[in-house]
Amino acid sequence: MTPMIEAAGLVKRFGDFTAVDGIDVTVQPGESFGFLGPNGAGKSSTMRMIGCVSPPTDGLLRILGMDPVRQGPAIRARLGVCPQLDNLAPDLTVLQNLTTYARYFGIPRREARRRATELLEFVQLSERSGAEVEPLSGGMKRRLTIARALINEPDLVLLDEPTTGLDPQARHLVWERLFRLKQRGVTLVLTTHYMDEAEQLCDRLVVMDAGKIVAEGSPRALIERYSTREVVELRFQAESQSGFAAKLEGIGERTEELPDRILLYASDGDAALTEVHARGLSPSGALIRRSSLEDVFLHLTGRTLVD
Amino acid sequence: MIAALEFHLIDFSRNWRGTVFGSFVVPLLTMLGFGVGVGGYVQGGVDGVSYLEFLVPGLLASTALQIALGESTWPVMANMEWIKLYPAQAATPLRPVDIVGGHLLFALLRVIGGSSAFLVVGVLFGALPSAWALACLPIAVLLGLAVAAPVFAYSIAVPTEVYLSLLMRFAVIPMTLFSGVFFPIETMPVVLRWVAYVTPLWHAVDLCRTVTLGRAPDWAVAGHLLYLALWAVAGITLAVRGFHRRLGV
Ligand SMILES: Nc1ncnc2c1ncn2[C@@H]1O[C@H](COP(=O)(O)OP(=O)(O)O)[C@@H](O)[C@H]1O
Ligand SMILES: [Mg+2]
Repeated sequence: MTPMIEAAGLVKRFGDFTAVDGIDVTVQPGESFGFLGPNGAGKSSTMRMIGCVSPPTDGLLRILGMDPVRQGPAIRARLGVCPQLDNLAPDLTVLQNLTTYARYFGIPRREARRRATELLEFVQLSERSGAEVEPLSGGMKRRLTIARALINEPDLVLLDEPTTGLDPQARHLVWERLFRLKQRGVTLVLTTHYMDEAEQLCDRLVVMDAGKIVAEGSPRALIERYSTREVVELRFQAESQSGFAAKLEGIGERTEELPDRILLYASDGDAALTEVHARGLSPSGALIRRSSLEDVFLHLTGRTLVD
Repeated sequence: MIAALEFHLIDFSRNWRGTVFGSFVVPLLTMLGFGVGVGGYVQGGVDGVSYLEFLVPGLLASTALQIALGESTWPVMANMEWIKLYPAQAATPLRPVDIVGGHLLFALLRVIGGSSAFLVVGVLFGALPSAWALACLPIAVLLGLAVAAPVFAYSIAVPTEVYLSLLMRFAVIPMTLFSGVFFPIETMPVVLRWVAYVTPLWHAVDLCRTVTLGRAPDWAVAGHLLYLALWAVAGITLAVRGFHRRLGV
């Protein structure tokens, strides 16, 4: 089967600055694939190349088996794109935003209306159909942008930070809708700097940092490979924290020191914490949790995902 | 291209009232002020016709110019930078030529609308005695294209809206003053006359006056038409290229 996306040594430079530094990615039909990385990692630059709105500086890129530079319109006809920043038409109604966009794909007016109505149902905006876009909440605009991305029944849906800036309730609603799409077998490619989003939605992901891919795999495999099962978060009185890291030597597999806490990686968090107390150390706070992609990122780059 | 035009028409349909009102009121006030007011001081008319008859074809062309400019400056920058309509369109199968073309066609429809309103007011003032005045519409469209297309190319290329104000101040105002709208260019020094020859407006003014007054033009009609077409073709080429560069498609 032709891969949906095939990139090899893909590079994007802006002047002297290299935003995407030779990445290799293959996405198969039906997959739900993620780019996880902090701000400035090069996720949007990559998505824009995949969306055929930014020509690659170097390397190979095939989308749906076609060349994005020479066959841009043919590829874009089969993509659904939800850009990082909403670019809805502010003066049009919710419904008109969908129907006018449908026309760009050559969808007849009647069919455009039918699809638009159905999609508004899907993203739970039917009651707002006749309302103007501008006063809508951030979450509603996001859902409308997602609906717009689906108007051409795309083979491949690109979502650049679908829930950034939304409150938790709005995020969960978006996740739930995206999860339904995934279940229908739509190929989803998304970027995020939220590890919980990546864990919820991605079958497979790459961790990006400074334009490069630093790890690849399923969320579970990445955690197994780069982290321990559990993490003990230890907090100490601010001034005294620095001395404690050394005293933890030998407990668990390794430690990471953050400005406000020490992370102690161990397969058994309870046992590790008991050992901490046994050494006569008394942290002001201790929390045992499961490892997440955040820990994977921290281990790989020495930095946190969200600052 | 038609799909992009549809967008602009639907967008316009949501707030057209002010625009349509303006396209009747502005010519009405201008004709009252300049034609009737100033005309009262112009003894014996200009070139053998009343000042109002002299003025109206010129004003019509300058109205077409204003509408073309209005649609090709701030709206183009807004669609690129602020509302991000063009980037949204670029993510679909539309090509730069469709995106530019759709918006440009819309600009021309507005030129037709505004010029028609102007003609209606002109007829009411009795300043357009001949039915040939209708031929001003295609002239206005050609002028609109000759102006809007290169200005699309300009507006998509410049980094900030300061450049749009500069264009208005240092290109449009002199062009409007020195293109024979308010007085014949023969009364100006040769240097200023060249402003009229080089820029598009005067060519349309002379053509409009030719048809409304039924008199011989200063230049051959074909020369005027070809020169305006040259601006239009060069402008379209540059605009499509500029959109291609900015949109990355
Ligand atoms: N058009 C551009 N011109 C210059 N630099 C850019 C441009 N787009 C992105 N960059 C730079 O490239 C880097 C990666 O940006 P981006 O791809 O948006 O990252 P992300 O989406 O992961 O936050 C950033 O440092 C950004 O400033
Ligand atoms: Mg981004």
